[in-house]
Amino acid sequence: MTLIKETDYGTPESKSEKLVTLTIDGKSVTVPEGTSIMRAAMEIGTEIPKLCAADSIKSFGSCRLCVIEVEGRNGTPASCTTPVAPGISVKTQTPRLAAIRRGVMELYISDHPLDCLTCAANGDCELQDMAGAVGLRDVRYGYDGANHVFARNNGEVNFDWKPKDESNPYFSYDPSKCIVCNRCVRACEEVQGTFALTISGRGFDSRVSPGMDEAFMESECVSCGACVQACPTATLIEKSVIAIGQPEHSSVTTCAYCGVGCTFKAEMRGEEVVRMVPWKDGKANHGHSCIKGRFAYGYAQHGDRILNPMIRESIDQPWRVVSWDEAIGFAADRLKAAQEKYGKNSVGVITSSRCTNEESFLVQKLARQGFRNNNTDTCARVCHSPTGYGLAQAFGTSAGTQDFDSVDDADVILVMGANPTDAHPVFGSRMKKRLREGAKLIVIDPRRIDLVRSPHIEADYHLPLRPGANVAMVTALAHVIVTENLVNLDFVKSRCDWDEYQEWAEFVSLPKNSPEAMQETLGVPAADVRAAARLYATGGNAAIYYGLGVTEHAQGSTTVMGIANLAMATGNLGRRGVGVNPLRGQNNVQGSCDMGSFPHELPGYRHISNDAARQAFEKDWGVALDPEPGLRIPNMFDAAIEGAFKGLYVQGEDILQSDPDTRHVSRALANMDIVIVQDLFLVETANYAHVFLPGATFLEKDGTFTNAERRIQRVTKVMSPKNGYADWEVTQLLANKLGLNWNYTDASQIMDEIARLTPSFAGVSFKRLEEVGSLQWPVNADSPDGMPIMHINGFARGKGKFVVTEYVPTDEKVGPRFPLLLTTGRILSQYNVGAQTRRTENSQWHPEDMLEIHPHDAEDRGVRDGDWVRVASRAGETTLRAKITDRVAPGVVYTTFHHPTTQANVVTTDNSDWATNCPEYKVTAVQVSTTNGPTDWQHQYRELTAQSRRIASTIDAAE
Amino acid sequence: MSHDSVDKLVKMANQIGKFFVAQKHPEGVASMTDHLKKFWNPRMREAIIAHVDHGGAGLDPIAIEAVKRLGQRAGAAASGLRPGEGGADG
Repeated sequence: MTLIKETDYGTPESKSEKLVTLTIDGKSVTVPEGTSIMRAAMEIGTEIPKLCAADSIKSFGSCRLCVIEVEGRNGTPASCTTPVAPGISVKTQTPRLAAIRRGVMELYISDHPLDCLTCAANGDCELQDMAGAVGLRDVRYGYDGANHVFARNNGEVNFDWKPKDESNPYFSYDPSKCIVCNRCVRACEEVQGTFALTISGRGFDSRVSPGMDEAFMESECVSCGACVQACPTATLIEKSVIAIGQPEHSSVTTCAYCGVGCTFKAEMRGEEVVRMVPWKDGKANHGHSCIKGRFAYGYAQHGDRILNPMIRESIDQPWRVVSWDEAIGFAADRLKAAQEKYGKNSVGVITSSRCTNEESFLVQKLARQGFRNNNTDTCARVCHSPTGYGLAQAFGTSAGTQDFDSVDDADVILVMGANPTDAHPVFGSRMKKRLREGAKLIVIDPRRIDLVRSPHIEADYHLPLRPGANVAMVTALAHVIVTENLVNLDFVKSRCDWDEYQEWAEFVSLPKNSPEAMQETLGVPAADVRAAARLYATGGNAAIYYGLGVTEHAQGSTTVMGIANLAMATGNLGRRGVGVNPLRGQNNVQGSCDMGSFPHELPGYRHISNDAARQAFEKDWGVALDPEPGLRIPNMFDAAIEGAFKGLYVQGEDILQSDPDTRHVSRALANMDIVIVQDLFLVETANYAHVFLPGATFLEKDGTFTNAERRIQRVTKVMSPKNGYADWEVTQLLANKLGLNWNYTDASQIMDEIARLTPSFAGVSFKRLEEVGSLQWPVNADSPDGMPIMHINGFARGKGKFVVTEYVPTDEKVGPRFPLLLTTGRILSQYNVGAQTRRTENSQWHPEDMLEIHPHDAEDRGVRDGDWVRVASRAGETTLRAKITDRVAPGVVYTTFHHPTTQANVVTTDNSDWATNCPEYKVTAVQVSTTNGPTDWQHQYRELTAQSRRIASTIDAAE
Repeated sequence: MSHDSVDKLVKMANQIGKFFVAQKHPEGVASMTDHLKKFWNPRMREAIIAHVDHGGAGLDPIAIEAVKRLGQRAGAAASGLRPGEGGADG
């Protein structure tokens, strides 16, 4: 293996279709019009020296190293800013150019330290490379004069020198090594879109300045790493490179955080990760990253990680470290005993949206083939199950319609119940780039998310609706589109069921569905709703992006169908720049759903009662499958409390922290005879477990993840699993102890089985993925290379289905006792329940969950900023600290759920989506009052946690 | 099944009913029966059928009607769906 080095073409690609032919150093080259001479040269392998250019950012022309000569033209223009022209003849190397370049380099080096041998960037420094390329042999100017290099000049304090900024835990900024190429500043603007960096001063005084000359951690910097990646020197460099040294090999793998699915080069020294660098050829992220994927991988080495299997007879005992054989034997015996005593349907599994497709496939196979029931569910139940249901009803497939690149062609972007800059940051940056290019923006969200107004971005309409009013909103938007004759009738007539359309149009046209009639329910001025609807319907290519703020409601599925209605009515489907795009929460939510994790369907979304589909599996697996749907997660809990459900195998999912109504979940878990938790850490659910099977991180196993755009990408093992086994191997150990005789020796064999049994994956294999990088399902005979955009010539189900979306107010109503509505969300630096990110330096950005409350509501209750407050709902109560902000509307409070001590889900109720039982996390009626500290429940819970994490014998914790 | 659980099923069934009662095409009751068939585990279906047999307290008319039809079909065939219908279930 070697270190993967992508080619840097110096300037971005031109999208022109017109071609231009020119000659460079005697070689003819044909490139699209608008291409720079620098890029054209690189296309034929001619590397023109450069320092301020990189193909991820626009050309700048400041370093003057890339000068060239054009026959018949005067002077020596910069090749990065000079576009190609037909028939010109360019010379990249002449004695004159060599002299200029050497002169430029000499000036650069005269104000740069000569500590190359001990510099962390040694071997990976463009300044060093360019000095070599131009043949620099001497620096005539010396270091005696003004400089930025030395703290003292001849014993005198040098005020031009600045100390290193080590404030960011992941990278350092050494101003003495800066050549002011502006690449970091431009990457922050153009790639990330945060505008945290600028250049202060002029000429010799020019300095890279985070914010107003602040430390990085004090500035607006979001630590995405784009500036570090762009830096050609050691000025901005990962602290891990300083600590370890340069990597010697790398492999491409896929991030295990959010549903964007960024691909990274894991740059390694032996089995140690030196750094994760976003891969330029990654189709989901195109070389960009966020703080989580780029830096927050240290949890794999955290001391809390459990590396040995453990068991205990009952949950009040301390854990006992045992061999794999004993742990697996104990688990299998208890599962068998439960089934013998309570029947075959008394046990089940939960697959993980954090694990690979192969692992989810095996876990559901264990339930179906081994337990002979369909009691399999996945954490997607609690996030995007309404997407699966709603989009399957409307279009015929349980997935988003577009690839991420499609946003580049969107003229209007409607974001509903999603917060991409925090929860899907790399796609959020893509979206912001398009918005800066002029696309219009509509945000429907109770809270003023960053997209509503941030540097160089402003929403045309922000509709801050009351939590729970989503269906009223989509119906009111539809009312405007239909009654103002903005429907694309050609599209509807040719692509959708006309009768259903007419019924729907009649329904949405009813006066009760007008924005004016709905104004009270929505809490948004009717004029804004009307204007937003007009913009969506008439503004050109309009794309809808939505998230858990849409799905996690009592009417989540109805809203998803309402969104599909809007897209169909306006003809915004089946081409680039449009579509219905669910932003998936976890890395493999799409994949775990694709893999048949739900209790009612087999891999590839085929209902379990479908004889043909079931028979294919029966033939392959050699057993008869139960044709009836199994229990969903909340149904499992209900059955457990009744005493009918006794055993659960949970892979990589912390149901106790992430599922609503914590007390209900803990009662259910406490009632089971055997709870098997497979995870990296003793997560909250493990408090109630009898068997703990240590899991592997994404760095330690092979497999695939499927991101929010249906893109299947490889996960590559870059180090041996510290716990001894990949997660799919652990499932196989358990399956074989239950007598299933599985013989997978490599994850690729599992994918081969998936492809054999799942029509939409028919053409997928590890070999194929390695050849092409990634594939977007369906991959079959009709679309052998996958399908970036779906429903181009017709919907998967035939005619698009319009569904009447009657607004039904949630049972979770405010009243005198609970006058405020609590809604929940995420923050950039933390991920989900925080099990991984809390065990990294990311906690420096978000050490605790806070309750956002409007100043009016805070004043009414005597709450000051930073006070401890008690949040009580009908389900329970918890305490956390208050943050007073007008980002939330009066009457609405908001918190994140990243920290277990906050216990936000003690407060959430067991209300759920009518179709899928997806919990209604986003609406809880609460009261907020001041308090002195944690609740009794929080105290008791802490004791329980300490109690249940006792381990009897010493174990080898990870270093 | 305990009162608690039946109450929950009644609530869920009414929620489902409120969606299907608004649909004119195809017929709401049939669609609701189908929905219960496709997504509710037999244990839950049996419990709600038993509840309807005992009068169906708390259930909306569409839910009672849908559960009654479910009861009739449950006796007829263990897997009541037409083959090939699974693709659009979600």
